[in-house]
Amino acid sequence: MNYLNYIKLEFPSNSSNEALARSVAGAFAAQMDPTLEELGDIKTAVSEAVTNCVVHAYPDSIGKILLRCRILEGGRLEILVRDWGRGIEDVAKARTPLFTTGGEERSGMGFTIMESFMDKLTVRSRPGEGTTVVLSRTLPKRKRVR
Amino acid sequence: MRVYSEYSQGVLYLRLEGELDHHTAAETLRSIEQLIDRYLPRKCALDLSSLTFMDSSGVALFLRAQRRMRYSLGQLWLIDPSEQSGRVLKASGIERLIQIHYTESRKMR
Repeated sequence: MNYLNYIKLEFPSNSSNEALARSVAGAFAAQMDPTLEELGDIKTAVSEAVTNCVVHAYPDSIGKILLRCRILEGGRLEILVRDWGRGIEDVAKARTPLFTTGGEERSGMGFTIMESFMDKLTVRSRPGEGTTVVLSRTLPKRKRVR
Repeated sequence: MRVYSEYSQGVLYLRLEGELDHHTAAETLRSIEQLIDRYLPRKCALDLSSLTFMDSSGVALFLRAQRRMRYSLGQLWLIDPSEQSGRVLKASGIERLIQIHYTESRKMR
Protein backbone atom coordinates (compact mmCIF):
# COMPACT_ATOMS: atom_id res chain seq x y z
CA MET A 1 0.00 0.00 0.00
CA ASN A 2 1.20 3.50 -0.77
CA TYR A 3 2.06 5.67 2.15
CA LEU A 4 2.62 9.39 2.26
CA ASN A 5 4.69 9.54 5.42
CA TYR A 6 5.78 7.26 8.24
CA ILE A 7 7.78 6.99 11.45
CA LYS A 8 9.19 4.01 13.32
CA LEU A 9 10.10 4.11 16.97
CA GLU A 10 11.57 1.29 19.01
CA PHE A 11 11.72 1.46 22.80
CA PRO A 12 11.96 -0.83 25.87
CA SER A 13 8.79 -1.79 27.73
CA ASN A 14 9.32 0.57 30.68
CA SER A 15 5.96 1.88 31.81
CA SER A 16 7.26 5.45 31.59
CA ASN A 17 7.40 4.97 27.80
CA GLU A 18 3.59 4.68 27.61
CA ALA A 19 3.32 8.48 27.75
CA LEU A 20 6.19 8.88 25.27
CA ALA A 21 4.57 6.52 22.73
CA ARG A 22 1.16 8.22 22.76
CA SER A 23 2.77 11.67 22.55
CA VAL A 24 4.84 10.63 19.53
CA ALA A 25 1.78 9.12 17.80
CA GLY A 26 -0.18 12.30 18.55
CA ALA A 27 2.60 14.53 17.24
CA PHE A 28 2.79 12.45 14.04
CA ALA A 29 -1.01 12.54 13.56
CA ALA A 30 -1.03 16.33 14.01
CA GLN A 31 0.07 16.85 10.37
CA MET A 32 -3.32 15.41 9.30
CA ASP A 33 -5.04 18.37 10.97
CA PRO A 34 -7.18 16.30 13.37
CA THR A 35 -9.70 17.78 15.80
CA LEU A 36 -8.79 17.72 19.50
CA GLU A 37 -11.29 14.90 19.95
CA GLU A 38 -9.69 12.81 17.19
CA LEU A 39 -6.24 13.47 18.62
CA GLY A 40 -7.42 12.39 22.08
CA ASP A 41 -8.93 9.20 20.64
CA ILE A 42 -5.69 8.32 18.80
CA LYS A 43 -3.52 8.92 21.87
CA THR A 44 -5.88 6.87 24.04
CA ALA A 45 -5.86 3.91 21.62
CA VAL A 46 -2.04 3.97 21.40
CA SER A 47 -1.77 4.15 25.18
CA GLU A 48 -3.96 1.04 25.50
CA ALA A 49 -1.96 -0.90 22.90
CA VAL A 50 1.42 -0.02 24.42
CA THR A 51 0.20 -0.69 27.98
CA ASN A 52 -0.83 -4.18 26.84
CA CYS A 53 2.79 -4.81 25.75
CA VAL A 54 4.18 -3.50 29.04
CA VAL A 55 1.74 -5.45 31.24
CA HIS A 56 0.98 -8.62 29.27
CA ALA A 57 3.69 -9.22 26.66
CA TYR A 58 6.60 -8.74 29.05
CA PRO A 59 5.14 -9.36 32.53
CA ASP A 60 8.44 -10.13 34.28
CA SER A 61 11.02 -8.54 32.04
CA ILE A 62 11.77 -5.58 29.84
CA GLY A 63 11.36 -6.27 26.13
CA LYS A 64 11.29 -4.45 22.83
CA ILE A 65 8.25 -2.57 21.51
CA LEU A 66 7.90 -1.18 17.99
CA LEU A 67 5.57 1.69 17.15
CA ARG A 68 5.04 2.46 13.47
CA CYS A 69 2.72 5.23 12.31
CA ARG A 70 1.85 5.72 8.64
CA ILE A 71 -0.32 8.04 6.66
CA LEU A 72 -2.00 6.12 3.85
CA GLU A 73 -3.81 7.50 0.84
CA GLY A 74 -7.28 8.80 1.46
CA GLY A 75 -6.46 10.42 4.79
CA ARG A 76 -6.03 7.14 6.60
CA LEU A 77 -3.84 6.96 9.69
CA GLU A 78 -2.45 3.51 10.48
CA ILE A 79 -0.69 2.71 13.73
CA LEU A 80 1.12 -0.57 14.35
CA VAL A 81 2.26 -1.65 17.80
CA ARG A 82 4.36 -4.80 17.91
CA ASP A 83 6.06 -6.79 20.64
CA TRP A 84 8.09 -10.00 20.75
CA GLY A 85 6.69 -11.13 24.09
CA ARG A 86 4.50 -13.85 25.51
CA GLY A 87 1.71 -13.65 22.94
CA ILE A 88 -2.01 -14.23 23.37
CA GLU A 89 -3.47 -17.77 23.44
CA ASP A 90 -7.00 -16.78 22.52
CA VAL A 91 -7.27 -13.42 20.77
CA ALA A 92 -11.09 -13.48 20.55
CA LYS A 93 -11.32 -14.02 24.30
CA ALA A 94 -8.77 -11.29 25.01
CA ARG A 95 -10.86 -8.84 22.98
CA THR A 96 -13.99 -9.53 25.07
CA PRO A 97 -14.96 -6.52 27.22
CA LEU A 98 -13.96 -6.91 30.89
CA PHE A 99 -11.77 -9.94 30.21
CA THR A 100 -8.32 -9.52 31.74
CA THR A 101 -5.49 -11.64 33.06
CA GLY A 102 -4.04 -8.53 34.70
CA GLY A 103 -5.84 -8.72 38.05
CA GLU A 104 -7.67 -5.85 39.69
CA GLU A 105 -5.19 -3.25 38.47
CA ARG A 106 -6.60 -3.68 34.98
CA SER A 107 -10.15 -3.03 33.81
CA GLY A 108 -10.24 -5.42 30.85
CA MET A 109 -11.40 -2.55 28.64
CA GLY A 110 -8.23 -1.93 26.61
CA PHE A 111 -9.27 -3.61 23.35
CA THR A 112 -12.83 -2.29 23.73
CA ILE A 113 -11.50 1.27 23.92
CA MET A 114 -9.17 0.71 20.94
CA GLU A 115 -12.13 -0.62 18.96
CA SER A 116 -14.47 2.21 19.82
CA PHE A 117 -11.92 5.00 19.29
CA MET A 118 -10.52 3.76 15.97
CA ASP A 119 -12.27 2.55 12.78
CA LYS A 120 -10.44 -0.74 12.65
CA LEU A 121 -8.45 -2.96 14.99
CA THR A 122 -6.54 -6.06 13.90
CA VAL A 123 -4.71 -8.30 16.36
CA ARG A 124 -2.30 -11.02 15.29
CA SER A 125 -0.61 -13.09 17.95
CA ARG A 126 1.25 -16.31 18.46
CA PRO A 127 2.03 -17.66 21.93
CA GLY A 128 5.73 -17.28 22.62
CA GLU A 129 6.37 -15.14 19.56
CA GLY A 130 4.59 -11.88 20.23
CA THR A 131 1.66 -9.75 19.20
CA THR A 132 0.99 -7.19 16.49
CA VAL A 133 -1.85 -4.72 16.86
CA VAL A 134 -2.84 -2.53 13.92
CA LEU A 135 -5.14 0.42 14.53
CA SER A 136 -6.47 2.63 11.79
CA ARG A 137 -8.74 5.58 11.39
CA THR A 138 -9.68 7.83 8.49
CA LEU A 139 -9.53 11.51 9.32
CA PRO A 140 -11.83 13.66 7.19
CA LYS A 141 -10.19 16.44 5.22
CA ARG A 142 -11.11 19.84 6.56
CA LYS A 143 -11.15 23.20 4.90
CA ARG A 144 -8.87 25.56 6.70
CA VAL A 145 -10.47 28.77 7.82
CA ARG A 146 -8.23 31.77 7.46
CA MET B 1 -0.05 13.07 38.58
CA ARG B 2 -0.95 15.30 41.48
CA VAL B 3 -3.78 14.77 43.93
CA TYR B 4 -5.12 17.88 45.68
CA SER B 5 -7.33 17.17 48.67
CA GLU B 6 -9.89 19.04 50.74
CA TYR B 7 -12.01 17.58 53.51
CA SER B 8 -15.14 19.09 54.97
CA GLN B 9 -18.10 17.63 56.83
CA GLY B 10 -17.76 14.05 55.75
CA VAL B 11 -16.89 14.82 52.14
CA LEU B 12 -13.40 14.19 50.80
CA TYR B 13 -12.87 16.21 47.65
CA LEU B 14 -9.89 15.13 45.51
CA ARG B 15 -8.81 16.88 42.35
CA LEU B 16 -6.62 14.82 40.01
CA GLU B 17 -4.24 16.82 37.88
CA GLY B 18 -2.09 15.41 35.08
CA GLU B 19 -2.05 12.19 33.06
CA LEU B 20 -3.58 9.03 34.50
CA ASP B 21 -2.22 5.91 32.81
CA HIS B 22 -0.79 2.54 33.83
CA HIS B 23 2.51 4.19 34.78
CA THR B 24 0.94 6.71 37.17
CA ALA B 25 -2.10 4.71 38.37
CA ALA B 26 -0.51 2.64 41.17
CA GLU B 27 0.94 5.63 42.98
CA THR B 28 -2.22 7.67 42.46
CA LEU B 29 -4.38 4.89 43.90
CA ARG B 30 -2.06 4.66 46.91
CA SER B 31 -2.45 8.41 47.58
CA ILE B 32 -6.23 8.20 47.25
CA GLU B 33 -6.49 5.16 49.54
CA GLN B 34 -4.28 6.83 52.16
CA LEU B 35 -6.51 9.91 52.15
CA ILE B 36 -9.67 7.79 52.40
CA ASP B 37 -8.15 5.89 55.35
CA ARG B 38 -7.17 9.12 57.08
CA TYR B 39 -10.57 10.85 56.82
CA LEU B 40 -13.00 7.90 56.46
CA PRO B 41 -15.40 10.14 54.53
CA ARG B 42 -19.06 9.41 53.78
CA LYS B 43 -18.44 10.58 50.28
CA CYS B 44 -15.31 10.80 48.16
CA ALA B 45 -15.59 13.13 45.16
CA LEU B 46 -12.94 12.77 42.45
CA ASP B 47 -12.75 15.93 40.38
CA LEU B 48 -11.58 14.94 36.87
CA SER B 49 -11.71 18.40 35.28
CA SER B 50 -7.90 18.80 35.41
CA LEU B 51 -7.11 15.37 34.00
CA THR B 52 -5.25 16.06 30.77
CA PHE B 53 -5.23 12.36 29.81
CA MET B 54 -6.73 9.13 31.02
CA ASP B 55 -6.94 5.57 29.64
CA SER B 56 -8.52 2.35 30.91
CA SER B 57 -6.05 2.26 33.81
CA GLY B 58 -8.11 5.12 35.23
CA VAL B 59 -11.29 3.07 34.95
CA ALA B 60 -9.69 0.27 37.01
CA LEU B 61 -8.50 2.83 39.57
CA PHE B 62 -11.98 4.35 40.00
CA LEU B 63 -13.53 0.91 40.50
CA ARG B 64 -10.96 0.10 43.20
CA ALA B 65 -11.47 3.45 44.94
CA GLN B 66 -15.20 2.80 44.88
CA ARG B 67 -14.71 -0.61 46.46
CA ARG B 68 -12.59 1.03 49.17
CA MET B 69 -15.36 3.55 49.88
CA ARG B 70 -17.96 0.79 50.07
CA TYR B 71 -15.99 -1.03 52.81
CA SER B 72 -16.85 1.92 55.04
CA LEU B 73 -20.38 2.25 53.57
CA GLY B 74 -19.39 5.40 51.70
CA GLN B 75 -19.90 6.54 48.14
CA LEU B 76 -17.59 7.52 45.32
CA TRP B 77 -18.53 10.26 42.89
CA LEU B 78 -16.75 11.38 39.74
CA ILE B 79 -17.06 15.12 39.11
CA ASP B 80 -16.76 17.09 35.85
CA PRO B 81 -14.72 14.72 33.67
CA SER B 82 -12.57 16.52 31.10
CA GLU B 83 -13.58 15.94 27.49
CA GLN B 84 -11.05 13.16 26.85
CA SER B 85 -11.61 11.35 30.15
CA GLY B 86 -15.38 11.61 29.60
CA ARG B 87 -15.04 9.74 26.30
CA VAL B 88 -13.06 6.96 27.99
CA LEU B 89 -15.64 6.68 30.79
CA LYS B 90 -18.41 6.44 28.21
CA ALA B 91 -16.66 3.84 26.05
CA SER B 92 -15.91 1.70 29.10
CA GLY B 93 -19.50 1.74 30.31
CA ILE B 94 -18.42 2.76 33.82
CA GLU B 95 -21.32 5.25 33.90
CA ARG B 96 -23.56 2.35 34.91
CA LEU B 97 -21.38 1.54 37.91
CA ILE B 98 -20.18 4.87 39.29
CA GLN B 99 -22.09 8.14 39.68
CA ILE B 100 -20.82 10.94 37.47
CA HIS B 101 -21.86 14.49 38.35
CA TYR B 102 -21.54 17.71 36.45
CA THR B 103 -21.49 20.97 38.38
CA GLU B 104 -23.54 23.94 37.15
CA SER B 105 -20.68 25.77 35.49
CA ARG B 106 -19.94 22.75 33.28
CA LYS B 107 -23.58 22.21 32.30
CA MET B 108 -23.68 25.73 30.87
CA ARG B 109 -21.05 24.92 28.25
